[in-house]
Amino acid sequence: MRIGNMFLAATAAVALSATSLLAGSDRLSIDGQEMTTRAKAPDYTPNLDQVISGWVFRSEETQALELDDFDNPSFVFIDQANDLWNKVDGSEGKSCASCHDDVAEFKGLRTVLPRVVDGKLQTLEDIINSERVNRMGAEPWGYTSAPMAAMAALISLQSRGMPVQVKIDGDAAPFWERGKEIYYTRVGQLDLACANCHEDNYGKMIRADRLSQGQINGFPTYRLKNAKLNTVHARFKGCMKNVRAKPYKPGSDEFKALELYVASRGAGLSVESPSVRN
Amino acid sequence: MAKGVKPRVKVPKSAAAGDVITIKTLISHKMESGQRKDKDGNKIPRSIINRFTCDFNGQNVVDIKMEPAISTNPFFEFKAKVPESGEFKFTWYDDDGSVYETAKKIAVS
Repeated sequence: MRIGNMFLAATAAVALSATSLLAGSDRLSIDGQEMTTRAKAPDYTPNLDQVISGWVFRSEETQALELDDFDNPSFVFIDQANDLWNKVDGSEGKSCASCHDDVAEFKGLRTVLPRVVDGKLQTLEDIINSERVNRMGAEPWGYTSAPMAAMAALISLQSRGMPVQVKIDGDAAPFWERGKEIYYTRVGQLDLACANCHEDNYGKMIRADRLSQGQINGFPTYRLKNAKLNTVHARFKGCMKNVRAKPYKPGSDEFKALELYVASRGAGLSVESPSVRN
Repeated sequence: MAKGVKPRVKVPKSAAAGDVITIKTLISHKMESGQRKDKDGNKIPRSIINRFTCDFNGQNVVDIKMEPAISTNPFFEFKAKVPESGEFKFTWYDDDGSVYETAKKIAVS
């Protein structure tokens, strides 16, 4: 009987508040640097009170992996990106390091991406590839390829701890509106929009996994399920496959617009890249 | 020859004599088990790190035999008592005969 009562109590708690049941802690400090894992929701997300980092939704064991950069498996890829940074590639005989003294000069860049430049929405991946093609004379990397994810993680790491603050007004407004439309449009055989899981039901279980708000402040992220760094667009693609929709292409205008919109939903959260998720 | 193999080690820079310190090591390696098949149905040959050792000033601290079920990028965390200043030497042995080495100094006061 005693076990039965405990079970009842647990069920009641689920009914009361899904978010209060979150497994681990709220306080994320990476090698002594405090991260903002909860922030007041911006005005343009009326259905959320708070924006919450995906880290909060993970189990204690997964959370622990992010507390120390040695334990964080992403740093294998950061090492690889540091090698790529110094590696000469392409017809101009240049590496990243030929023009940029130190990757630290990109501090803050990740917080404002994606952004509009010359009427086009620009992501971190776009910047990396345009530098490779135009300055180095090298082949562009695949949008979600391993070197791209590693380099994006290295550049994002420079902004770790800084709040996400993408621009959504002015010439970014039409892209943001497009992203919002995609976020709320039901797609696929399961007929689900992003919002159905990540806005209406975050904190609850979806089979064996806990739904997060789908924040992208920690991307590129190391996922335990595939033991590699995952880019934002690869994750979007995976989500769309899960609802049995035909995914947009990574690097497409649709995913870039969605990336801007989703980034704006996490305004105020710390950049956590490269994070660890399951 | 396994590609992209890179050892990483975390050892405190200093400690008091007799302290028990925590050492963390990781080597990036794909650890191909030899059980998988490629698209054409051919077996992918086994390629793993089969042994890992750590020595302190010539004295063995750990000696680990590794088997194919160990996952990619093997990570080891262990404790060691340090009586004096010296150097930890870490060695990984690959199936293909490669040996990867790295060392870290520690100052003991």
